[in-house]
Amino acid sequence: MEFLVSAAIGLLTASGLYLILRPTTFSVVLGLTLLSYAVNALIFFGGRLGASAPPLILPGTDGHADPLPQALVLTAIVIGFGMTAYLVALALKAKGESGNDHVDAGEER
Amino acid sequence: MRIDYLSDMGPLLLNLMLAIPFVGALLVLAAARRSRSAAAWTAAAVMASGLVALVPLLPATLSGDVLTTRIPWLPEWGLDIALRLDGLGLLFTLLILGIGLLIILYAAYYMPAYDRLGRFYALLLAFAGGMLGVVLAENTILMLVFWEITSLTSFLLIAYKYEAFDARIAARMALAVTGGGGLALLAGLLLLGNIAGSFELTVILAKGDVIRAHPYYPVVLVLVLLGAFTKSGQFPFHFWLPNAMAAPTPVSAYLHSATMVKAGVFLLARLYPVLSGTELWLVLVGSTGAVTFAYGAYVAILKHDFKGLLAYSTISHLGLITLLFGLDTPMSAVAALFHIINHAIFKASLFMAAGIIDHECGTRDMRRINGMFKYMPWTATLGILAAGSMAGVPLLNGFLSKEMFFTETVGHFAFQGYATWLLPAFATVAGVFSVAYSARFVHDVFFNGEPVDLPKTPHEPPRWMRFPVEILVGLVLIVGLLPQIAVGSILQAAAGAVLPSGVPEFKLAVWHGWNLPLAMSLAAFGLGLTYYWRRQYLFGLHEKYAPKIASPVAFERVYRDAGRLASWLLRVIDTRSLQRYLATLVVFVCLLGVWAWMSLPGRPLTGPLPSTPVDGAAIAALAGLLVGAVGTVVWHRQRLVAVIFLSVVGLVVSFAFIRFKAPDLALTQLSVEVVTIVLLLLSLRFLPGEVTARSSSLRKLRDGGLALVGGAGVAALTYAMLTRPFETISGYHLANAYTGGGGTNVVNVILVDFRGFDTLGEIAVLAMAALGLHALVDGLRLKPYAESAKRDADRHPVMLAEMMRPLLPLALAVSVYILLRGHNLPGGGFIAGLIAAVAFMLQYLASGIDFAAARMRFDYMRILGAGLLIATATGLASWLFDRPFMTSTFGYVHPPMIEKFELASAMVFDIGVFLVVVASILLALSELGTLSRRELIAKSSSREES
Repeated sequence: MEFLVSAAIGLLTASGLYLILRPTTFSVVLGLTLLSYAVNALIFFGGRLGASAPPLILPGTDGHADPLPQALVLTAIVIGFGMTAYLVALALKAKGESGNDHVDAGEER
Repeated sequence: MRIDYLSDMGPLLLNLMLAIPFVGALLVLAAARRSRSAAAWTAAAVMASGLVALVPLLPATLSGDVLTTRIPWLPEWGLDIALRLDGLGLLFTLLILGIGLLIILYAAYYMPAYDRLGRFYALLLAFAGGMLGVVLAENTILMLVFWEITSLTSFLLIAYKYEAFDARIAARMALAVTGGGGLALLAGLLLLGNIAGSFELTVILAKGDVIRAHPYYPVVLVLVLLGAFTKSGQFPFHFWLPNAMAAPTPVSAYLHSATMVKAGVFLLARLYPVLSGTELWLVLVGSTGAVTFAYGAYVAILKHDFKGLLAYSTISHLGLITLLFGLDTPMSAVAALFHIINHAIFKASLFMAAGIIDHECGTRDMRRINGMFKYMPWTATLGILAAGSMAGVPLLNGFLSKEMFFTETVGHFAFQGYATWLLPAFATVAGVFSVAYSARFVHDVFFNGEPVDLPKTPHEPPRWMRFPVEILVGLVLIVGLLPQIAVGSILQAAAGAVLPSGVPEFKLAVWHGWNLPLAMSLAAFGLGLTYYWRRQYLFGLHEKYAPKIASPVAFERVYRDAGRLASWLLRVIDTRSLQRYLATLVVFVCLLGVWAWMSLPGRPLTGPLPSTPVDGAAIAALAGLLVGAVGTVVWHRQRLVAVIFLSVVGLVVSFAFIRFKAPDLALTQLSVEVVTIVLLLLSLRFLPGEVTARSSSLRKLRDGGLALVGGAGVAALTYAMLTRPFETISGYHLANAYTGGGGTNVVNVILVDFRGFDTLGEIAVLAMAALGLHALVDGLRLKPYAESAKRDADRHPVMLAEMMRPLLPLALAVSVYILLRGHNLPGGGFIAGLIAAVAFMLQYLASGIDFAAARMRFDYMRILGAGLLIATATGLASWLFDRPFMTSTFGYVHPPMIEKFELASAMVFDIGVFLVVVASILLALSELGTLSRRELIAKSSSREES
């Protein structure tokens, strides 16, 4: 399972990296979203895979998952949305200012 | 004797005294909205209340007590708001507040009537506060903080008339020079604190011997002196000071008399017990002071602008004070302190008198202003008296400190044998220049025939504009005639702070009998007047032989070249291409990772942890992920398709969270997924359906390679991490969540309780992102792309709309339930906020933005602010119970009829989180949604027009 999880995170990272290197703004948005999935997962799995119960202190439970990475990732997911939204607005603004959707506003260098 | 209740009030008064100007600056801004005179009265009241606060502290301080207070700030860094009031601080506090009060009165008449004065007085008060902080600080780092405040506020004051080019240049120069000195001073004070083992002056002042013997003493001395000399306009850093004359005259009068430039000599006095007493001090401080003293006096007479003359005279007198400290005898230090008082008094009055003349004549050129005695005899008398004090005329205060200076030069310990005459001769020559420029000021301005071509006819100024000058000239006379009574005790107290090993017996008197210093004075007068008499001849000599020193020009050249260098460097480094930046970054990180792994012994990848078994669901999920991620990449040019594939990835990630026991995360991810997809779809409308920009195949190959390397690296890293055991700090959280935080959902308890402060920061970031989006999109006009514009009809299926409306209260009820149970079961503010946002969003989607906006008239920005306020207030509330910020509490209530339930203060915090999340998401989505409406409205209105 460890190998599977690692492969999945690697896959997300690779796809994200390729997309953020594209010249169009929308691809960068997609790429960053994929990258944030990867990073969130990486942090989350810092708690390892072996937990047998969610981090709820209920009677008769044992083997709780590590709550700290979960707490970190929870806010990261929400902030990830904030970042995506801001980036989309930035892309639209750039579109409005320069008339195209190239990340460098079409400045060919 | 000190009265007991005063000793209790002392610390409070001291803290108040420092706080008053800063609070007052805000009050003045508010008052200036009402009227100009309200601003002036408020500013005056602020300064006066500072003086009033000082009064109860006077007797104890004059008798030599040192009052210290302390409010912990960053105690672990040795930085507290620690204040100290001793004789030296008292002397400067009186000057800063007293002359400040007169300046405020004067400025009300001097400044043009159209100026509401809010900005002026606010800056002036903030500057005065900074000066007070410098002289009252017990902690040296705190002193530096205030030192920088004076640099910044004086920058703003010098550039007060910011529309004038020379004012901006002068302000920039002052900031660069004094700010640079401040940096050196910071380094010097850090070293000093390091050597002494504390940043507290009490400790540092007691360790003079240790510090002087330390190998770093010369470094400390040079760094501290750089700070003092730049601030006090000592040669060769003097050039910013004459340029600072671009400031309004009240500012010059304040900066050049009681404050700013005096901060530098204050520093010399403050650290005198620690740093003086060595040969190096004598050489550095003495020679700098001497050069500045003579140079300033020599240049002053050459200036035709009388403010310029006064500026160079200020440089010269500061040089004299520095020289007196540099002579390093107990009596010379006393003379330095005495001259600080005297110079402040006569220079402030001279600047104010000069301002009156400037105000009345409309020019400052002494070649045109002549014979003012006839036009304004009373102001002229005041000006002549003050200038006489500057020259050192007997019976005026300037004479006394100058005589003390002459006395100290005679038989100084550093000049023995054949060199005995050197220092007195030098002093006399510098005295000659001082007399000469004072003579020029008096003769040229007040006599010397008739004015030439003035824009207006001068006459006496308004009664109260002259009043501050009268007060100060009165002081010139009082101190000059009755020195011991007027300033004897304060000088004694200040000297006590500067000379802890004992103040020499001194008695200030007007007459010391016929002696060498008097002869030197007389010689200086005789020669000085002759010099002025023969000035045309000497100006000629100066023109012919003097080297052209133009420091400001040189400074500007350096400044400009530095700017050019920076922009050249930027052009070289900055490729202005996001793609290149990102590629460089990825390559760098990959290399770093490879290097780190290669340098590990044995380069192990697999750790000792046994692997967990694979199940079918996991393989299916990985397959889904593969389809989603690869699909997004392959079809990223067709945006709609890419978004669909992306949502598959999000879904799989949510499943993974469920599978690995993170129900909170799964709920969050699912709802964020919904809003993100809607957000992306909204943006698609304004982007071309098919991407136009294309990369070359080579580029694609390179990026693909990079992506694979990066992905493989992260995969390897993850694998290495997952197969290794770990120590978690979560044991504490698990053990204490219920007993300490009152909740069974540990993730939520961490968010709102253990790490509540982090969460507060995070919701602030979210709010900022939403506001930033608002700022970006606000007013933006975008054309939708043709293909999508055809589907503009914006139809809303009846079934969907009708179904969604009753769903709203239901969804909101679920959201509230999720919010309330969050402390114990999966849920909480974040998830509940997301669910509520989705519920509202569905209304927008189902019924259209017009329908929804008409019914949901919330101001999302207000809700955002309310949420942040609630969250912060919950944190602050713990202060009321004397607990640290964000301490939470909880309890159980037993209402009748229903089961007992728990209430935690953290829940209120969670409501704040909830509001911020809802408002941020809806603000973002509705902003993007209205973009299309804007276009439609614009279109329909243009149709009507045509």
